Amino acid sequence: MTTVLPGTPSDTPAGAGPGTGADAGPDAAPRAPMDAEAAARAYGPAFDAAVAADERIEPRDWMPDAYRATLVRQIAQHAHSEIIGMQPEANWITRAPSLRRKAILMAKVQDEAGHGLYLYSAAETLGASRDDLLDKLHSGRQRYSSIFNYPTLTWADVGAIGWLVDGAAITNQVPLCRCSYGPYARAMVRVCKEESFHQRQGYELLLELSRGTEAQHAMAQDAVDRWWWPSLMMFGPPDDESAHSAQSMEWKIKRHSNDELRQRFVDICVPQAEALGLTLPDPDLKWNEEQGRWDFGAIDWDEFKAVLKGDGPCNEQRLTQRRTAHEEGAWVREAAAAHAARKQARTATEREGAMAR
Amino acid sequence: MNGTDSTGGEGGATRTGGWPLWEVFVRSRRGLSHTHAGSLHAPDAEMALRNARDLYTRRSEGVSLWVVPSAAITASSPDEKDPFFEPAADKPYRHPTFYEVPEGVRNL
Repeated sequence: MTTVLPGTPSDTPAGAGPGTGADAGPDAAPRAPMDAEAAARAYGPAFDAAVAADERIEPRDWMPDAYRATLVRQIAQHAHSEIIGMQPEANWITRAPSLRRKAILMAKVQDEAGHGLYLYSAAETLGASRDDLLDKLHSGRQRYSSIFNYPTLTWADVGAIGWLVDGAAITNQVPLCRCSYGPYARAMVRVCKEESFHQRQGYELLLELSRGTEAQHAMAQDAVDRWWWPSLMMFGPPDDESAHSAQSMEWKIKRHSNDELRQRFVDICVPQAEALGLTLPDPDLKWNEEQGRWDFGAIDWDEFKAVLKGDGPCNEQRLTQRRTAHEEGAWVREAAAAHAARKQARTATEREGAMAR
Repeated sequence: MNGTDSTGGEGGATRTGGWPLWEVFVRSRRGLSHTHAGSLHAPDAEMALRNARDLYTRRSEGVSLWVVPSAAITASSPDEKDPFFEPAADKPYRHPTFYEVPEGVRNL
């Protein structure tokens, strides 16, 4: 009852559909009975109409190869950022100043792992394989957010990350809840719900330090001074230099430009910093009455590029730790698979035995 | 034609280190049906259930969980959406609004 789908060879094994096949990675050549151009002619209009009507594209719908590749790249980078992002904060779990703070931090770091898993699942709906994505992270062929290449030097950094880094992430991610690709949008809804706890705990942590002793206040200020600019860089290069922005906006993967989101974030943070009793490290920050927004100083894009290229303070450390964790966990994954296989074999034998009787 | 189109639900059929993919369904509270929440990899059903608890119900989102091997799901084809669901489109008489009711008639 099913016709051959575009992008599906006629001998597709059970379990593989277009975009869900085991080896239909984003880089895989189209193995269609229908060539790519013919498929685009036949199915392209329906795709364009769905995007234009703000409908969601779902995993087994036809989609342009470039749309699929863009999503895989973006979702993978997002997933990698979530799991690498566990590291800077996890460093402080054993040194949290109270049981309350420790429990909060553990829950937060566990959430980040969860966010990574939601996102890897979303990437897999596009035909990417989990092993392949991890491999690309470990070999440096796919990136993660450059923000995680900065060190967490003091306890206050945990607060600054929650307030600024998670705050910037939320500003970026809220519009992604309306992204044209269904599974990514749904993952983002879950992520955003959970991120707001992350941001608040960070803000509360900073507030407590800011209102504490002189040394504690100074520690909070120092953390904000170090994390402010890298947080602004999280929104990516300025609009006129952003390579993928225009096409992503057209496909409604992105809903707002990098600069637009960055401005929104600055406008949100200025009054929040004031309420904290802390300052933002930008002498050029001033209210623009005419535009109804905060003007801010120039961002050091050379630093951004250097960190992205691998020259940040912690690039090597983050990737090494990630690779080590993966390698040292291999025996657990293998043992669990072996146990499952043995159990399955035993069940099968028992069933046969029962039937023989 | 390639027979029935059995696919991994949403998550496809990729394997991680020999761990198959599972689809997770969560009943958020008694009285509601299980709803698809997402997918995950696990070596067996028991571990899939534990992982599903950790991944999809960290904030009491559920009172019951189902895990189903993705490969066991048979899905309709999005391409055949029109011919497949069409038979329903020309049967408006299945809806109560199809029928005329004289003014003043109540409880109908």
